[in-house]
Amino acid sequence: MEKKTPLYEKHKALGADIQPFAGYLMPIKYEGVTSEHMAVRKAVGVFDLSHMGEFRVTGPDSTAFLDYLLTNDADIPVGKAYYTAMCYPDGGIVDDLIVYRLGRDEYLLVVNASNIEKDWAWVESHKNGFKVKIADESDDTALVAIQGPDAQKTAAKLTDADLEKVGYYEHFTGTFAGVPALVARTGYTGEDGFEIYVKAEAAETVWDRVLEAGSESGIVPAGLGARDTLRLELGYPLYGNDIDQRVSPIEAKLGWVVKLKTDKDFVGRESLRRQKDEKPARSLVGLSVVGRGFPRHGAPLFQGERRVGTITSGSIAPALNQTVCLGLVEYGLRKSGTELEAEVRGKRIPVKVVGVPFYSAGSRKS
Amino acid sequence: MSKIVEELRYTESHEWVKKDGDRFVIGITDYAQQEMGEIVMVELPATGKVARGQALGVMEAVKTAEDFYSPLDGEVVEVNTALDDNPALVNEDPYGAGWLVAIRADDPSQYDELLTADQYRGIAGE
Repeated sequence: MEKKTPLYEKHKALGADIQPFAGYLMPIKYEGVTSEHMAVRKAVGVFDLSHMGEFRVTGPDSTAFLDYLLTNDADIPVGKAYYTAMCYPDGGIVDDLIVYRLGRDEYLLVVNASNIEKDWAWVESHKNGFKVKIADESDDTALVAIQGPDAQKTAAKLTDADLEKVGYYEHFTGTFAGVPALVARTGYTGEDGFEIYVKAEAAETVWDRVLEAGSESGIVPAGLGARDTLRLELGYPLYGNDIDQRVSPIEAKLGWVVKLKTDKDFVGRESLRRQKDEKPARSLVGLSVVGRGFPRHGAPLFQGERRVGTITSGSIAPALNQTVCLGLVEYGLRKSGTELEAEVRGKRIPVKVVGVPFYSAGSRKS
Repeated sequence: MSKIVEELRYTESHEWVKKDGDRFVIGITDYAQQEMGEIVMVELPATGKVARGQALGVMEAVKTAEDFYSPLDGEVVEVNTALDDNPALVNEDPYGAGWLVAIRADDPSQYDELLTADQYRGIAGE
């Protein structure tokens, strides 16, 4: 039985196409993936991301604990956030997540909905010896994301805070739409935007007020379909598609979130250091489709007769009007310009390795 | 609410069939195009022999790909090449400009075995 987010009735009333996703009944689209995608690129869209998981870590050893558990450096200034992986000892990814530092000894971890239970077990099993408390607030927390070039204009109507002073990957705790909220300048679309974390019971108020505040910009509710095409245009990996327990951050070109340059010990460090020194076997790359066709997750990649990799994500990129993919390929084939073929229903479709992001004209602040 | 045209015949796999002289025009229903969402490519068959139930081609939507099937034994005599440049016609006008193929049937009486609009209505969840 799938769970519902606190905004389920809103989605139903809007006539959304609602489907099970990661154990939740989620809006996949309202009017259509392409129009929602383009609204976020050109103006502003609002997403219900309340399915995401939230763990609060508190206690005097919070920083040391997260430094041990996560690949990125936990010791960032209060009020900032960072993107990180959480790895197994062999370097495979448990999950990728955003961490907000709320206080000297307080952090909020935001994890993928599909991984909440697995992550919780993993985090819990590592806290021995650390003076920390961990709370799973996933069910009590709603997340509403406002994304697009008009996101600030929209959000500014709902808070007294000076949003101009909130940089990319910064956040504050305050009042938003009349309710207590954590307001963060983060997102997954390549556009400027805010993610608003509130208590579940305040979700409907925030949702309605955001739609009202954005009406002047032509705000639209956007579903998980558009969220997926937006992130793919940026080349952002999606857990379960492009990365999972068999893929390491080094292979996924997420080396920048692995603190190998520090002397901090963390789960997976030895494996990841070795992989970095010896070069990984595979690399996650961007691919543009040269011919006609739609390679999707799981489509094999060939160079001549040799199997050299697998497509991990593929979709039309609405802002670019072409088909783009991510794929895991042999390390030696990761260079831009490399020509490969994807096999779809027995047919070969020419594809070419290209740099990511595919789309670089977004309004994201940095 | 999706549209079902009274004078057409239908299949359980959501194709519609229109009798047009000695040939049969085939497309997918309004219900099917709504379920699929925005169609971004239609892979049409070559002309030639097909069997009832055989996959004729594939429709790629933003999120999914679905085969479409021949409702009749016969020969594909024409395909809607306008879909190569404008696959969205299937969404915009599924019973008109978004038609897929035309078939000359080996046994035109197979048409009478297809679902009526009333029978199809039950399948399309109306």
